[in-house]
Amino acid sequence: MDGAHDMGGAKGFGPVVPEPNEPVFHDDWERRAFALTVAMARPGGWNIDMSRFARENRPPEDYLSKSYFQIWLAGLETLMIERGLVTREEIEAGKVLSPPKPGVTPIAPNEVTPAIRRGAPTEREAKAPAMFAVGETVRMKDIHPVTHTRLPQYVRSHLGTIELNHGCHVFPDTNSLGKGEDPQWLYTVRFDGPELWGKDADPTLSVSVDAWESYLERV
Amino acid sequence: MSDHDHDHHGHHHPHDHDHSELSETELRVRALESILTEKGYVDPAALDVLIDLYEKKIGPRNGIRVVAKAWSDPAYHARLMKDATAAIAELDYSGRQGEHMVVVENTPEQHNMVVCTLCSCYPHPVLGLPPVWYKSAPYRSRAVSDPRGVLKDFGVTLPDTTKIRVWDSTAEIRYLVLPMRPEGTEGWSAEQLAELVTRDSMIGTGLPKQPGETA
Repeated sequence: MDGAHDMGGAKGFGPVVPEPNEPVFHDDWERRAFALTVAMARPGGWNIDMSRFARENRPPEDYLSKSYFQIWLAGLETLMIERGLVTREEIEAGKVLSPPKPGVTPIAPNEVTPAIRRGAPTEREAKAPAMFAVGETVRMKDIHPVTHTRLPQYVRSHLGTIELNHGCHVFPDTNSLGKGEDPQWLYTVRFDGPELWGKDADPTLSVSVDAWESYLERV
Repeated sequence: MSDHDHDHHGHHHPHDHDHSELSETELRVRALESILTEKGYVDPAALDVLIDLYEKKIGPRNGIRVVAKAWSDPAYHARLMKDATAAIAELDYSGRQGEHMVVVENTPEQHNMVVCTLCSCYPHPVLGLPPVWYKSAPYRSRAVSDPRGVLKDFGVTLPDTTKIRVWDSTAEIRYLVLPMRPEGTEGWSAEQLAELVTRDSMIGTGLPKQPGETA
């Protein structure tokens, strides 16, 4: 979706402010909100694309006024309410008001480290040959899905060059909707600065995105 | 409460310093954890393990080892550039948000910088969780359109002729920048070289320390 999360090239946000000796978390609630989100994914039955969409799918003023982990918390609440794991009333009341959803098994302490070390690889076996070759010029499609996509607005309609082919990967646009992994060839597509930002752009700049095959069209 | 005072999202809005709102979030998270625990969905001891992992074991020191080894061991450097995921796994770093690694190497001609304009994608096994600025609107908006301006915010100025190459992590490929080995470090061991590697130099918003800059 064309939401506030899609920030590439936006103006007016001011300078980047690095924080010397920054801690991993700034408050205890951030620790717990992060850990709850990671620990609930398996019992909750959602995938990474569903969680990303739950975070970004909110009004711009809400997205921009929440801190990073407040967005995580809001996303987690949405995912759990959608699946009937908790009710909005329970979250607002801060206490259990309904019986648990049956068959939900928590992650045990001894499962955590192996699960994190394993991760969740997204590469899948290719079912068809790649349509594009490294070095080829492609145009990014001009699409505006109202659902989750990983094609940022600032590259849409622009011409780029295929720089890397990463194999076939789970397609977020369908996976976020529970409509299957639909693995597609994934490419790094590189753009020259002036192609993206106009003729006055820094000529030494080039930018790439990682783009699934269905985001690209032949030129 | 100096750690609580700064702007978590990296841009300014009226709630940032409102302590009552922070407490409200804190209460909400606590209540949620107790609801999920009571319903049997989470085991709080598992949350403790997770937090400990991300605070103590997964962090930039891992990436620093990778870079120092690449600087000091040409065969490892070759393996890292060919298959970064496998070469990083040789040092026992793998998993969540680092399943598919690519290492991009800085040269005198080209400087690499990594961003995630859509969210906060970052190579956790080698760098840990991202800093607040990396997830902030100023960085995510400007890294792709004005990377030299962003570098200035970090106090870094590169020659006008150096090509700037920005990698927007829009998929599950995670990028680690291999900075240039500082001059004057001939014969240094991997342990000595590691002292020069900074987290930001592995994101591309900084440069390694020079010999003599280390404490």
